[in-house]
Amino acid sequence: MTPMDSYEEWQRSFAESGLRDADFTTLSGVELKAVYGPPNGIFPGQFPYTRGVHASMYRSRLWTMRMFAGFGTAVDTNERFKEIIAAGGTGLSTAFDMPTLLGLDSDDPMALGEVGRCGVAVDSLSDMRDLFAGIDLGAITTSMTINSPAAVMLALFVAQAEESGVPRALLGGTLQNDILKEYQAQKEFVFPPRQSMRLVRDTIAFAAAEMPKWNSVSVSGYHIREAGSTAAEELAFTLANGFAYVELAQQAGLHVDQVAPRLSFFFNAHIDFFEEIAKFRAARRIWAKWMRDHYLATNERSWQLRFHTQTAGVSLTAQQPEVNIARTAIEALAGVLGGTQSLHTNSMDEALALPSEKSARIALRTQQVIAYETNVANVADPLGGSYFVEALTDELELQAEEIFAEVMQFGAGSMLEGCIKGIEENWFQGRIADSAYRLERSFNDGRRIVVGVNGFLEGNDDADLEILRITNEDEKRQVERLSNVRNSRNESAAQESLARLTREAHDPEVNLMPALIDAARAYATVGEMMSAMEKVFGRYVEVPTL
Amino acid sequence: MTVRVLVAKVGLDGHDRGIKVVARLLRDAGMEVVYTGLFQTPETVANAAIQEDVDLVGLSMLSGAHLTLAPLVVEALRARGSDIPVVVGGIVPNNDLEELKSAGVAAVFGPGASSNEMVATINRIVSESLA
Repeated sequence: MTPMDSYEEWQRSFAESGLRDADFTTLSGVELKAVYGPPNGIFPGQFPYTRGVHASMYRSRLWTMRMFAGFGTAVDTNERFKEIIAAGGTGLSTAFDMPTLLGLDSDDPMALGEVGRCGVAVDSLSDMRDLFAGIDLGAITTSMTINSPAAVMLALFVAQAEESGVPRALLGGTLQNDILKEYQAQKEFVFPPRQSMRLVRDTIAFAAAEMPKWNSVSVSGYHIREAGSTAAEELAFTLANGFAYVELAQQAGLHVDQVAPRLSFFFNAHIDFFEEIAKFRAARRIWAKWMRDHYLATNERSWQLRFHTQTAGVSLTAQQPEVNIARTAIEALAGVLGGTQSLHTNSMDEALALPSEKSARIALRTQQVIAYETNVANVADPLGGSYFVEALTDELELQAEEIFAEVMQFGAGSMLEGCIKGIEENWFQGRIADSAYRLERSFNDGRRIVVGVNGFLEGNDDADLEILRITNEDEKRQVERLSNVRNSRNESAAQESLARLTREAHDPEVNLMPALIDAARAYATVGEMMSAMEKVFGRYVEVPTL
Repeated sequence: MTVRVLVAKVGLDGHDRGIKVVARLLRDAGMEVVYTGLFQTPETVANAAIQEDVDLVGLSMLSGAHLTLAPLVVEALRARGSDIPVVVGGIVPNNDLEELKSAGVAAVFGPGASSNEMVATINRIVSESLA
C-alpha cells in the first residue's frame, strides 16, 4: 500500500455515498471537508471503524431520531406514536409496562398497581393490533424494548404485521432480546439464564432465516450503566455479551457472518462528555478487531458496530428539572460526536414520571437543534486526532480488554460460558454495585457536584412541573380489554396452541418461534405463553446480595 | 443499640441500584441491614421484617406503583400486630407525599436525598417508635 491509499479509498467510498440535501459550509460560509486527518490515516468507513462505520456519516443520512414511548393501554400509546411521527420522529420505540416485561398478564395479582405505568400493557394480539393501528410497519422501523418475553413479543408482532398485510420479510426493526444484561443489571428475568438463551437462539435463527431486515438482538450497555457501572464496564460487559450471542448462534449452526450483521448495540450517553465519545469510538474498534480476528468474520458488515444511544436517565435530577434539558443536550451531542446511528433523548421530567407530551417534544427538539442548527453533523468524527480523545479511546479499549480476559477465563475460553458463569456467580452484579457505591460516595462527600442536588440549590423550591399521571383507570380498562379477549377467542384452539408450546419446549432442538406465532394467532396471552414455557424452563430467583 | 433495617423491593420493579447503594450507606453509618431481594409481596416483606426483628422497613420504589404497594406493606405489618415504621425511597412525586403519610408511611426520601439526611431521619423515626 502506498501512503495515499487509505485516503483515496475513502474518497472512492465517499463518492459512492449519496448526500443529504443540506448546506455543508459553516454559518459564515467556510467550506468544510467531510472528514479531516492525515492522508495515510484511518478514515470513517475503514477498519477498525474507530472513526465511524460509514465513509460519509451524517452527510448521507442523519441519525434516526428514535423516541422511546409507551404508557397506559395500546390505544393511548398508538396516539403517542402518531404524534411522534407527526413531529418528525423517524423511528418508533416501544416501552412496555412492568408486567409485560416480566411476561405477566394485566390481571395477574403481581401486576397490581403496575399496569400501563412504566410503559404500554400488551397482553395479546388484540393489543398489538391497537398499538400499531394506522401505522405502516413496512415503511417505518420499530424497536421493541423487551427481553424475557422477547420471543413472545416478536411472535405477536409478526402475527399482527402479517394480518395487516405486511409480510415478515419486509419488517424492519429491532428486538432488544438481550437477556444477559437482565441478570447483570436490569433484573427483568423470568427463566434461568441457560433456558432464556435457548429462546434468544430461536429468535436469532428465526430472523436469520425469515426476517432479513430485522435486528434480532440489541446488545445493551444502557442498563448496565444506569445500574451503576463505569464507562469501561458498560463497554466491556456489553461487548462480552455481544460475543456470547455470536457464540450462541454459532452453536445453533449459523456462521458468524449470518449473525453479526444482525446484532445492533445500545449504549448510554452519560454526562462525562469526552469519556462517552471515547467509549463509542473504542466500542467500534474492539468489535471490529474481535469479529475479524477472533471470530473470523469475513463480511465487513459483521465488523461494523452500529449502535443506538440514549441519554443517561440516571444523570437527571428531580430538583430544578428544567436543567435536565441542558444535561440531555450535552449527552446527546456526545452520542452524535461519537457517531451513533440512532438516538433517544430523555425528557426533563424523567426523574419524576413518564414524559409529558410537552417534555417529550422538547427532548426531540433538542436532537433537531443538534442535527440542523449546530452544523456538527457536517464532519465525520470531528474529534478524531485529538490527543486527549485518542488517548482516552485507547485507555477504554485497554480496560475493556482486561475485563474480556477475566470473562474468558470464567468460561475456559468461551465468552458465552464466561458470561453465564459470571452471572451465576454474581460477578457482574457485584462489580456494578461496587461502582455505583463508589460514585455515590463521591457525591455524598461533595467531591463531585450535581447542580440542584449538592450544589446550587436556589430554585429547588420552584413550582412543580406538570407531569403525566397514570391513573388506576388505565389498569381497569386494560384488565377489561384482556377479559374481552379471553371471552371471545376460540378457547380450545388457544389451549391447544399452548399445549404445543409446552411440548416443543421440552425438545431443545426445536425452534419455538413457529409455535409462538401460532399461539399469538390463537389469542393466547403473553402470560399464558410464558407459563406454558415455564412448565419446562422453571423460574430464576436471584440470590440477594448487597 | 444498633439500628436494624430491612430494605425491600416490592412488586415488579427491578431497579436495584438505589436500594443497594442505600443499604451500604446505612451500613457505613453503623446500622445492620437485611435485603429481601427482588419481587417481594407486601406479605413476604411483613413476615421478613417481623422474623428479622428489624426496627424499620425501607421500601425502594421507582416504578410508580408506590401509592398501591406502600400502603399494603404498612397494612400487612399492622395486620400482624407489628408497629415497625415504614419509609419509602425512590421516585415519588410531591403530590403523593400526603397520601403516603396518611397511609402510615413515616418518611419519603426522594431522588437526591443525602445519606446524612437519611441516616438522621431513620435514627429519629426509630427512636420515636421505641419511645
